[in-house]
Amino acid sequence: MNSIPAWFGFVLVVVAVWFGQLETVTAAPRHDAPASRSLSRDRLEWPSWDDVSRTLLLRDYNTRIVAIGTTLLGVAAGTVGVFMLLRKRSLLGDVVSHSTLPGIAIAFIVMEMIEPGRGKWLPGLLIGALIAGLAGIVCTKLILRYTRIKEDAALAIVLSVFFGAGMSLFKAVQYIPSGSQAGLNHFILGKAASMVSADVWIIAEVSIVIVAITALLFKEFSLLSFDEKFAASQGWPIFRLDLLLMLLVAGVTVIGLQSVGLLLVVAMLITPAAAARFWTDRLGLTTLVAALLGGGGAFCGVLISAMYPRLAAGPVIVLTGVVFFLVSMFFGVRRGIVVRLATHRQLKAAVGRQHILRALFEFLEPQCDPNLPTSPQLVNHIVSASDLRPMRSWTLKRLRHLLRAAERSDFITAVRDGGYRLTVRGAELAHRVVRNHRLWELYLIEYADIAPSHVDRDADDIEHILAADVVESLERLLSQRYPHMTVPPSPHVIDATSELTTRQSAS
Amino acid sequence: MIRSVLTQPARTRIENEHPASSPLSIHDMTVAYHRKPVIWDIDYTAPIGKLVAIVGPNGAGKSTLINAVLDLVPKASGEVRVFGEEYHKQRNRVGYVPQRESVDWDFPVNALNVVAMGLYRKIGWCFPVRRRHRQTAMEALDRVGMADYAKRQISQLSGGQQQRVFLARALVQDADLYLMDEPFAGVDASTERAIVEILRELRERGKTTLVVHHDLQTVTEYFDHVLLLNMRLVATGPTSEVFTRENLRKTYGGKLALLDQVGHKMTLGESGR
Repeated sequence: MNSIPAWFGFVLVVVAVWFGQLETVTAAPRHDAPASRSLSRDRLEWPSWDDVSRTLLLRDYNTRIVAIGTTLLGVAAGTVGVFMLLRKRSLLGDVVSHSTLPGIAIAFIVMEMIEPGRGKWLPGLLIGALIAGLAGIVCTKLILRYTRIKEDAALAIVLSVFFGAGMSLFKAVQYIPSGSQAGLNHFILGKAASMVSADVWIIAEVSIVIVAITALLFKEFSLLSFDEKFAASQGWPIFRLDLLLMLLVAGVTVIGLQSVGLLLVVAMLITPAAAARFWTDRLGLTTLVAALLGGGGAFCGVLISAMYPRLAAGPVIVLTGVVFFLVSMFFGVRRGIVVRLATHRQLKAAVGRQHILRALFEFLEPQCDPNLPTSPQLVNHIVSASDLRPMRSWTLKRLRHLLRAAERSDFITAVRDGGYRLTVRGAELAHRVVRNHRLWELYLIEYADIAPSHVDRDADDIEHILAADVVESLERLLSQRYPHMTVPPSPHVIDATSELTTRQSAS
Repeated sequence: MIRSVLTQPARTRIENEHPASSPLSIHDMTVAYHRKPVIWDIDYTAPIGKLVAIVGPNGAGKSTLINAVLDLVPKASGEVRVFGEEYHKQRNRVGYVPQRESVDWDFPVNALNVVAMGLYRKIGWCFPVRRRHRQTAMEALDRVGMADYAKRQISQLSGGQQQRVFLARALVQDADLYLMDEPFAGVDASTERAIVEILRELRERGKTTLVVHHDLQTVTEYFDHVLLLNMRLVATGPTSEVFTRENLRKTYGGKLALLDQVGHKMTLGESGR
């Protein structure tokens, strides 16, 4: 029993090698036609204004057709892609698309055999592609289930075997009398311009069905993607749901064959979904954004390629999607790089501010009258940068930078000879910072058995992090050790100290 | 009398071995991964309305036991009855808390969404989560002390908070039997207290809860019953009687090596054939 999987793998390898041989033999005598074209016709030219306006206003019937079909494809791909991404099955989409190739060829051959000359009937080809795509998934699942081959290897094996088989069959098709004119090769890289309105109808219908199914089973798919085990324990048929999701992916691939081609369709599935994750943390919105980005990217891509007739639509659509992705990656409001950098900067500034204020407070604390509340007295004293240096291990440059920042925020004021004085506002904040710091220290001392890693230390106020009873007992301890720490500065005391300040600076 | 036994022999046998009153009865259950047995011949009947700790060393098959009861892994042999019937018929009476590490916490949902997942079965195919479901989920979050975090994206919760969200998801199922896979793993003290409180509340309402538990020091404090497991069932019963030094030595001690040897021999014998 144990040896069956090994045999299975061996047979697959033999098949792959055999197809590879076949391909090299059959590929040798043929030369591809476009080589005979003159060079000048292949040059990229800037579109005239007339071309641009014609395209943008969708005045061209052909552009209109292609734009509608591809946009709908983009919407469907974005919607389904979210779940592929969240299930960490991005590459399975690639397997589906590559696996469609032999299906197309076999469907063509079968249809030619039934009725010569009718092999190009599109629905037939697409059904063949769909079946082959699903067969690719089934093969992957079988390998995973019955062997110990890991998922990445299984995906690579199935993908290459199916694609190799498809390429070989394509060569074979060319010996069928009407085969060479069939244009089957367009399915590999796509040829949006060859779309006719009948094709767009198929794409529209399939897209709508795909989006509708995803919308109806949104709850089920999200549970499947988040927690498969829990879903199974609740009795959801996860295997069938998974299969349905794969069927939807195969559907997207099949309708994407004409416009972007099977090599690139995975980009339409995954790029919008990955881009959408930078914008939101909600699943519904992620899906909506992915659908919009998918549709929008496809639409823009078609328009661009329509202006440059020499450019193939498929790659342009994918590249437009990539541009959308890059924009999202940098400027996405939820997880975009810019936002993250800004948050990081803010955090760094906040930490620096807290450090300098704490250093000021702790430097001045011994000079204050211990029988009076500390913070109102702070404003009386003048501190220089060299006083603060030993308080923390910071460079002079960093210290000057922090002092300047604190001065800008009006926490300290510069006085003569490079000295600084805390403002009332700065003193209050310094008091709060030190108080939180000491509460935190006490917390660690008193409750050391609690893992500090489970407490969010970035929060501003200790009260928000710890339970109320803990803070209360900590404050009791704090008032014992630092008698005046917890007393909030009242307006009356501030008046008294400002008087004191004026007297001191006068003397 | 004799006739009734003759006409329904199978049914009577099942009823004797699996009393309908028991929340969970396991009979002769063996589970194997890749033909290597993980748990062997488990016979167990859970008491009603008790807190039961499933205790054993790493690799003893504690999680496997729960997974097999829930039909998440195939059983090599044996039967499981939940309230006298097969699991799939009693699903809505069973609540499950998986290990926290089993999911991707970067998933784009908030705490409330996760808790609402416990209601999906009740909501049914294709129907969306409605306001009253969200309300139920909110109440469950409140019970575990997480109401303030309902709208937080789950990756922004601490480990203990994530665990409480999982617990709340099981609570909304309003089950009679709860199976929890290491709910105390890596949680802070306040979460541990909150979970224990919930467990006691469940017991007061007559629910039965089986908890995979690692911390031997708290077993006697938290649990009424224990199930000592190390591939085989070592001992089971009230904590005061069963949770003894002798039994723990059997569970964690030299027996492990011996069982491993037997298991190894079995595998060798089979593949040699």
